[in-house]
Amino acid sequence: MQAVSVILYLILAPFAGALLDGVSRIVSARMQGRKGPPLLQPFYDLLKLFQKQMIAVNSVQMLLNLSYLVFLAIAGSMLFAGADILMCLFILSTADMFLIMAASSDSSPFSSLGASREMMQIMAYEPLTLLLSVGFYLTTGSFHVGDIISRPVSAIVFMPGFLIGFFVITAIKLRKSPFDLSTSHHAHQELVKGLTTEMAGPTFGIMNVAEYYEMILMLGIVALFFLNENWWSWPLAIVMCLLVFFLEILWDNVSARVKWRTMLDSCWIVTLLSAGLNGLILMLIQ
Amino acid sequence: MNLIPVLIAWPLLAAIVVPCIRDKRARGVAVYVGAGGVMTLALGLLAVWLAGGKRDVLLYPETEILDTAMLVGEVLLMGLIVFLCVRHKKYPVILLSVGQTALLLWAELTRPDFTLVDFAAQIFGPLVDMNTELMQPHMRVDCLAMLMVIIVAVVGGLICIYAVGYMKAYHHHHADVQDRSGFFFSMLFLFLAAMLGLVLSESLTWMYFFWEITSVISFLLIGYTRTEEAVRNSFRALWINLLGGCGFAVAIAVASRTVGTTQLSDLVNLSVWLTQNQPALAAVTVVPIAMLAFAGLTKSAQLPFSSWLLGAMVAPTPSSALLHSATMVKAGVYLLIRLAPALAGTMTGNMVAFIGGFTFIAASMMAIAQNDGKKVLAFSTISNLGLIVACAGIGDEETIWAAVLLMIFHSVSKSMLFQAVGSVENSLGSRDIESMHGLLLRLPKLTYIMGIGIAGMYLAPFGMLISKWVALKSFIDADNYLLVIFLAFGSATTMFYWTKWLSKLVSLHHTKEEVHDVTRRDQYVSMSIHAAATLLLCLLFPLVSQGVVDPIITQLFGESYQVLSMGVLTTMAVMLVSVLFVPTLMFLLTRSAHQNYVPIYMGGVNEGDNTYFVNSFGEPEHLYLSNWYLRFEFGMRRLMRPAVYISAGVLVVMLCLIVGGAL
Repeated sequence: MQAVSVILYLILAPFAGALLDGVSRIVSARMQGRKGPPLLQPFYDLLKLFQKQMIAVNSVQMLLNLSYLVFLAIAGSMLFAGADILMCLFILSTADMFLIMAASSDSSPFSSLGASREMMQIMAYEPLTLLLSVGFYLTTGSFHVGDIISRPVSAIVFMPGFLIGFFVITAIKLRKSPFDLSTSHHAHQELVKGLTTEMAGPTFGIMNVAEYYEMILMLGIVALFFLNENWWSWPLAIVMCLLVFFLEILWDNVSARVKWRTMLDSCWIVTLLSAGLNGLILMLIQ
Repeated sequence: MNLIPVLIAWPLLAAIVVPCIRDKRARGVAVYVGAGGVMTLALGLLAVWLAGGKRDVLLYPETEILDTAMLVGEVLLMGLIVFLCVRHKKYPVILLSVGQTALLLWAELTRPDFTLVDFAAQIFGPLVDMNTELMQPHMRVDCLAMLMVIIVAVVGGLICIYAVGYMKAYHHHHADVQDRSGFFFSMLFLFLAAMLGLVLSESLTWMYFFWEITSVISFLLIGYTRTEEAVRNSFRALWINLLGGCGFAVAIAVASRTVGTTQLSDLVNLSVWLTQNQPALAAVTVVPIAMLAFAGLTKSAQLPFSSWLLGAMVAPTPSSALLHSATMVKAGVYLLIRLAPALAGTMTGNMVAFIGGFTFIAASMMAIAQNDGKKVLAFSTISNLGLIVACAGIGDEETIWAAVLLMIFHSVSKSMLFQAVGSVENSLGSRDIESMHGLLLRLPKLTYIMGIGIAGMYLAPFGMLISKWVALKSFIDADNYLLVIFLAFGSATTMFYWTKWLSKLVSLHHTKEEVHDVTRRDQYVSMSIHAAATLLLCLLFPLVSQGVVDPIITQLFGESYQVLSMGVLTTMAVMLVSVLFVPTLMFLLTRSAHQNYVPIYMGGVNEGDNTYFVNSFGEPEHLYLSNWYLRFEFGMRRLMRPAVYISAGVLVVMLCLIVGGAL
């Protein structure tokens, strides 16, 4: 069962991610009064990227990007295998290190700035991810995803504050406004393409596939809030994941990019108020 | 076990012999022999102890001559401090030194004939056989002491070896500093001797004696360059550590009067037993334990006492490496770990845990704003020690497991990082992290060593992170939510300052400045052994946990405890394999791929070498990339004062409550 779900994740996550990306482009376009690209546009883009000539600014970028991809896949596999969620989140930040190293290795002004901002983003979201696993531990008595999803009641009942906090930091992870500081999907840029400025062709394609793995991983964590031992929690979780994804797109389109200071302050304050208070209450009622 | 006096006497002998040798080459050889001897003796002791079945060995019950000699030694140390204070016109420090020595002399010389047996008779009445003769061992060899001996001897010995090459280059660069290397090596060895004595001591009076020696030697080492700044910082280190020594002396005086024992483990066991069986009487052990914990906090440079360790950076790098990794600060956490069973669930424990957790987050924030490599390392030491101290303050099996593991990993990684930064400084002429941009191309070997050290400090799945994972779990189990918050935010800030340093190193930036690696072979030997040890500790982590840490927990708490389940170990194996092999595999995969190399995009036209671009005047401009330091947000100027006030306030209030509650 575990093996099947891991294999399914490894095979299907890039497709699901690309499909969701396609949907998000269309939804974004509709919100802006445009028609938007075809649904399968992300697939065409990827195909094109992988057909391009291999050009690079140095010899290590490709290897670091590939490592980023593999570590994200491992982090996701751990989640879908029902393993320890804290370890999964630790691997997620290790994966991010490789992306930062890839961008810094170029020693290019724009990608280095992007890398610095990516570090800032990690610093902004990491407290919440750690507290999130604490929340699951307090609610279910285990860090294990397998135990978390086999409770009689969904975790969301006990930890609504954590979901609010997680919604905020998901915007960082999905590179959505107002927190798309290091690199953005939008055309308006102050840092050229930030973190990915020096990535081209297949290297950039790999980075995109990795981001799709990450997207599914984040939505998987959203699902953890809703899953319980009953069968109907699964469709509910999927619907809620899609709802969260839609809300992220909505937020992306109605807000402007903020400065790093605002991002750090707001993320930390939200973390303290939502996850911090929710966790405190959980600890007190235990 | 007859090796123990030899083990302590050998570095002492080296400390006497080395400065007498004038010829530099011969002196270097003498240092190698001295350091090698310490390591061999320590490993020999380990072998003997293992062959004896890892027992808890108690030694030297009758040592009256040595006890007297130590009292004389303490008076001599006081005399030395008074002399130096008068010479440098730092009179207030004299009070601290004279005060604690007088207190200790009084406590020891007028010690009433009141033993633990008499104390027990007070509780149970004269039913107990009054003729029971208590064994009062002065030294103890158990798992924790043995681990500390190995850390002190091996890491400390390697630092001495490193120092031989380093000091040559140091005096080559700093021609203005008088060459007192003989004295320097002598102090290093004396430090090792004192530290070995300290970790093996069971009697608090013996421990106090070694404790004072380490305080005085660190003072002498910090003042090595004799500049104004060095003298100022060395006196700061002295008075803070003497303050801790005062706490230690009070603890001895009180314990000998109220419970009739000055044995560390008797005191801890008594406290645990009383709390469990006679809570009404538990107050008698509270004051000595709180005072010892206070001494531990000053020695391990926790807030508000951190400034002495930051000031210690003025000394040559080997002494920083020694103070930060193997000795000095580890003496503080060692004492706290010893006290841990008595701290669990008490007010003192809560105080220690709060100070530790607060120091963890505050120091890691201030580390962000530092661009001096050694300053970053100093803050990171304080921050990591904070985590260990917090674990010791909670004091249950899980946290001590994490604390011991953190201590092992921290000693090795930090020593290696200091040595690497010192070598880079000798080669580049600067230890500014900004000047390490693109170091991978300029000093590749040193960069790899530094990289391993940095990765060991925070990346998955190296030991520090595992310990953090266990610490997080046990903070929740101990219902200490404040520590959970401290840990969550502190990990984020820790990640930030290490990552930006690491990303500076890996930038593939070509410069025209020529750099020669002036690192000598003995320095590389020391650093390579450290690097290998870090990797091995990481690879053999389950074995370390089973063979080293679990027995320590068993001996401290009297019962075995399984911290890591099989499932967690499997997960970690997956992580380990992936972190070590994924990048290697990717390297092999991408090596064969054909890539066309193109210049980077620089805004202005790239001159073709990725280093210069055409600016708006049409002239070539050098590319300069800087890290973020966020000085306004996380600078020492902004955070240090509030952090010191908060921690000092909490410390004073809680100490008052603890002592007041016990009276």
